[in-house]
Amino acid sequence: MSGQHNSDYQTYYVPEQSWMAILASIALGLMVIGAAGGINSLTYKTDGSTSWVLLIGGMMLLAGVLATWFTITIRENLAGMNSAQLKRSYRLGMQWFIFSEVMFFFCFFGVLLYLRTLSGPWLSGDGAGVMNTILWPNFVYEWPLMATPQDAMGGLDAQNAAGHLANNGVHKGPAQNMAFPGFADLLHWLPFWNTLLLVSSSVFLEFAHHALKHDKRRVFNLWLAATLVFGFSFVILQIVEYHEAYSEYGLFLNSGVYGATFFLLTGFHGFHVCMGACILLVQFCRSVMGRQFTAEDHFGFEAASWYWHFVDVVWICLVFVVYLF
Amino acid sequence: MSHGPAKGLSRWFLATNHKDIGTLYLWFSFSMFLLGGSFAMIIRAELFQPGLQLIEPNFFNQMTTMHGLIMVFGAIMPAFVGLANYMIPLMIGAPDMALPRMNNFSFWLLPIAFAILASTLFMDGGAPNFGWTFYAPLSTTYAPPSVTYFIFGIHIMGLSSIMGSINIIATIMNLRAPGMTLMKMPLFVWTWLITAFLLVAVMPVLAGAVTMMLMDIHFGTSFFSAAGGGDPVLFQHIFWFFGHPEVYIIILPAFGVVSEIIPTFSRKPLFGYASMVYATAAIAFLSFIVWAHHMFTVGMPLVGELYFMWATMLIAIPTAAKVFNWITTMFKGSITFETPMLFSIAFVFLFTIGGFTGLMLAIAPADMQYHDTYFVVAHFHYTMVAGAIFSMSAAIYYWLPKWTGRMYNESMGKVHFWISFLGFNLTFFPQHFIGLAGMPRRIPDYALQFADFNMISSIGAFIYGASQLLFLYNVIATIKYGEKTTVKKTWEGANGLEWTQPSPLPYHTFTTPPEFK
Repeated sequence: MSGQHNSDYQTYYVPEQSWMAILASIALGLMVIGAAGGINSLTYKTDGSTSWVLLIGGMMLLAGVLATWFTITIRENLAGMNSAQLKRSYRLGMQWFIFSEVMFFFCFFGVLLYLRTLSGPWLSGDGAGVMNTILWPNFVYEWPLMATPQDAMGGLDAQNAAGHLANNGVHKGPAQNMAFPGFADLLHWLPFWNTLLLVSSSVFLEFAHHALKHDKRRVFNLWLAATLVFGFSFVILQIVEYHEAYSEYGLFLNSGVYGATFFLLTGFHGFHVCMGACILLVQFCRSVMGRQFTAEDHFGFEAASWYWHFVDVVWICLVFVVYLF
Repeated sequence: MSHGPAKGLSRWFLATNHKDIGTLYLWFSFSMFLLGGSFAMIIRAELFQPGLQLIEPNFFNQMTTMHGLIMVFGAIMPAFVGLANYMIPLMIGAPDMALPRMNNFSFWLLPIAFAILASTLFMDGGAPNFGWTFYAPLSTTYAPPSVTYFIFGIHIMGLSSIMGSINIIATIMNLRAPGMTLMKMPLFVWTWLITAFLLVAVMPVLAGAVTMMLMDIHFGTSFFSAAGGGDPVLFQHIFWFFGHPEVYIIILPAFGVVSEIIPTFSRKPLFGYASMVYATAAIAFLSFIVWAHHMFTVGMPLVGELYFMWATMLIAIPTAAKVFNWITTMFKGSITFETPMLFSIAFVFLFTIGGFTGLMLAIAPADMQYHDTYFVVAHFHYTMVAGAIFSMSAAIYYWLPKWTGRMYNESMGKVHFWISFLGFNLTFFPQHFIGLAGMPRRIPDYALQFADFNMISSIGAFIYGASQLLFLYNVIATIKYGEKTTVKKTWEGANGLEWTQPSPLPYHTFTTPPEFK
C-alpha cells in the first residue's frame, strides 16, 4: 500500500527549516508586550517610553519578517517549486482566513443588533424586568442614542451620588450623529461618497482581473491603479469623517454606545481597508516593477482581490446598519 | 526530502516537519498541564479545610482564573493540536501539513502568549482574578492592570489557533491520499476537520470580545457599561457564543481518539461510522445555538430560557448516538485491556456521567439551584479531565510505540490509569453532592458542613496530581530505555495508514502518496 508511486502526482513541496516563524513570533511578542505596557502607561499615568519602543521595534521587525517571508514564497513559486496541489493549499488558506475575518465582523454586528433590539429598549423599561427603571430613571431609549442613561440621571456626578459604584467614567451622548440626513443633503454626506468609492473600486478590480486573464498587462495596471486611488481616497475620507466627528459632531469614543459601536465598526472596517489597500499596492508594485504575474498564475493578486471584495461587502452591511437604519 | 532532522536546537526552533512540531506542541501542553495542575493543587490545599489557611482570597481568585485559562488554552487545546499535527498527515497519507512554515508560527506563538500570561502573576495588582470566563465588569471596571497583558495574550493564542486550524483544514481538504474520500477518512481526522471549522469560526469572536474589553478599560467606550447604554450581559453572550463551541473544540478531538482506540482493542471495525460523522457535525452545529444555557440566572426573557433549554437538550441525541456506537463497537468484540483501552473505556463511562450532569444543568428551572455551585465544577471536570485528558493519555500510550519505536511499560501504564481513575473520581464525585447542597464555586472558604467532602476531594486531587508525574516518568523512560519494537502494527487490531509505516517513524513519511483502497 505504501511507497507506491502514483504517476500523475507531483511531489508536494515541504520547505526546509525556516527562521521566519520564530522571528515573526518574537516580533509579535515584542509588539503586544509593548502595546499592553504602553496602553497601561496611558491609563495609569506611568512612564511608557520603553513600551512604545518595544511596540515600534516589534512592528518593524514583524514588517521585515513578513516582507522576507512573502518574498521567499514568491521566489519559490517563480522557481516553479509549487505544484498545483500546493497552490490549492494557498487558496484554501486564504479562503478560510477570510472566513475568520467574516466571523470577527460578525461579532461586532451582533453586538450592534443586541444593543439596538434587546438591551437598549430593556434599559428604558421594556420587557419583564423591573430593575432598569429604578436604576436609570428618566432614560428613554432611541437610536442613535443621543442621551445615555448617565445623561438621563444628570451626568457622572449624579450617578455617583446615587450610589452607582460600577461606573467607568463619563459617557455623555453625542451632540450630533452620523445617520443618513435625507436625500436633500445626500451630496454633503460622506458615507455616500465612500460607498461610491469603495463599490466602484471593487468593480475596477474585477476589470483589472479580467484584463490580466487576457494577458493585457497595461490595462491591468491601469485598472489596478484606479482601484488603489479610489481605495486610498476612501481611507482619506474616513479620516475626514472622524475629524468631523470629533471637532464638529461632538461624537467621541466615550459618547455612549452609539459612539462606541460607530467607531468600533467603522474603525475596524477602515483598518481592514488600509490593510487591503496595502496588499493591493504590493501587487501593483509586483506587476509594474517585477512583471511577476501571468495570465494563468497570479494568486497573490487574486487573494488580494478576494480580500478587497470582502471589505466591500462589510462596508455595504455597515452602511445599512450603522448609517441608514 | 531524504534528509533527517537537523542537529541541535535549530531542529526545534526552525522546524517545518509536522512530527517535530507535533512533538513541540505535546511537550508544551504537558508543561502547561503541570503548571495549571500545580495551581489546582494550591486551590485544593486551601480548600482542604474550611477557613483561610494558606493563601489570601485575591490570590485564590488568581489561582482559579489562571488554572482555568492555562488548562483550557495552554494544556488541552495545544495537546490536541499537537496530536493533529503528528497524526493527521500520517492518517491521510500526506507528506506533511499543508503549510509547514505557518505551522511552526502557530506553535511558537503559544510559548510567547503563555509567557505573557504567566508573567501577570508577578505584576503589580497580581494576575487576572476574574475567573477564566472573565465576565465584565469584573474584567473591566474592577480588573487589575495586568488585564491588558491578558487581553493581548488571548489575541496571540487566538492567532495561533486560527492559523493552526486553517492549516489543518487545508491539509485535510487537499492532501488526502488518492482514493481516500471524505467518508473513508479515519474518525480522528473527521473530528479534527469539524473542530478546526469551529475554531476558525469562534476564535475571532473571542478576539472581538477582548478587544471591546480593552476599549472599555482604556478608551472610554461603554459596550459593557449600562451608564453609556451598554450591557454587561452582552459580554456574557459574546463570551459564550465563543465558549460553547470552545468546549466542543476541546471534546470533539477526544471523541476522535477514542473512536480510533476502541475498535483496535475490540478487534472490530467502529460501529456506525457514518452516524459518528453525522453526530459530530450535528454537535458542532448545535454548539452555535445553545450558548445562553450558561446564563440561565442572568435574567433572560422566559422565551430565551425555554429556547436555550430545549436546544441544549437536543445535543444529548447526537452525543448519545456516539456513546451507543462506542459501546456497540465493544459488544461481542474480542477485547483486551491495554492501557489505551482502559483510558478509553473510562472515557466513555465518565464522559457519559459528565453528559448526564450536563443534561441536568440544561434544565433551566433546576439550573437556578445548580448555577455557580460545585455541581457545575464537577460536571465540567468530568468532561474536561475524564473526557479530554483521559483520551489524551490514551492517545499518548496508543501512539507512543509508533512514534518512538519503543514500548512503554504496560504495568506502569496500568498503575497510572488506576491511580488516575481513583484520584479523579475521589476529587470530583463528592463535588456533585456539595454542589447540590449549595457550596458556591470560586470561594476560598466554605461552611462547615462541606468540610468532609472537601477534604476527600483534596486528597483525591493530590493523588490525581501525583499520578501525572508517574505518567511523565513512564513517557521519558519509554523514550530513553523502552523495549525496542520494530513491528509496524504495534496493536494487532489497529487499522489505518499510520500503521503501514515503520516503527519508529522515519523523519519523512508518505513523500509520495500511498494508494488508499
